Amino acid sequence: MTTLDTAPAVVPDFGDEADERRICFVCSQGNLDMAYPALIMANGALGEGVGVDIFFTFWGMDIINKGTWDKLQFTMLGNTAMHMPGSTKHLPQGLGGLPGMTAFATKMLKDQIGGMDVPEVPEFIQLLHDMGARFWACKMSVDMMGLTKEDMFEGVEDIINVNEFIEMSEGAQIIFI
Amino acid sequence: MSLATIAGNEVHVDDEGFMTEYDEWSEELAKQLAVNIGIDMTDRHWEAVRFLRDDYATEHETATLRRMTTISGIPTKELFQLFPKKPAKKMAYIAGLPKPVGCV
Repeated sequence: MTTLDTAPAVVPDFGDEADERRICFVCSQGNLDMAYPALIMANGALGEGVGVDIFFTFWGMDIINKGTWDKLQFTMLGNTAMHMPGSTKHLPQGLGGLPGMTAFATKMLKDQIGGMDVPEVPEFIQLLHDMGARFWACKMSVDMMGLTKEDMFEGVEDIINVNEFIEMSEGAQIIFI
Repeated sequence: MSLATIAGNEVHVDDEGFMTEYDEWSEELAKQLAVNIGIDMTDRHWEAVRFLRDDYATEHETATLRRMTTISGIPTKELFQLFPKKPAKKMAYIAGLPKPVGCV
């Protein structure tokens, strides 16, 4: 029988009194494997009571564009770390150029991520919105790509220019992806 | 790990104050744990806490927010209203369970 000291009950510090911490993510890439890190980190931050803003720019617009958000892809081209799960042997880059390889790699990544109980991108965006994340679209990207607010997820707060983003992110930590 | 007295019961807790023994928990204790962190328990709070307890009994790990919403049907938005700022950790604390380890 182990003897333990009886201590006064410790109450966890949930940071309710702490200053409001904020993180601004900049999503500039539309590859599936570049969308997930931002969404997963944003999810973690929200769960920790941290305020989250996400600014979508350039190819990152595809993550909130309803025409593309369910079609993000993963390519092994340019990814020299690519190897099969459970193997440390890198695959030759030339393989990535074969027809169908991007679709194959995308399906594999989706299956793996889905296996971790992580939702697909559209559902993930809705989840983050429900958790309190605010989404912003980059004006220059929107103009360049000929998009309107109607093309985007309904929860997008606004289309803002870079000056507004810089103002809005004052005092926040910024993570650029 | 040490012993602490919560609502008149001696229970095992970790360094942060989370209970470590599933069977030492009771709803009476949970009421005190909720008071400790300023949560006023309503039926909806109990629904969330009881779901976590039942789910842990079969899964042996604390459900993440996504699992809670998907399976218990309590919307994520509401969980943030019921247990502000850090719902997953606050629910686990009141339910006498370890903090969830999953990322999503």
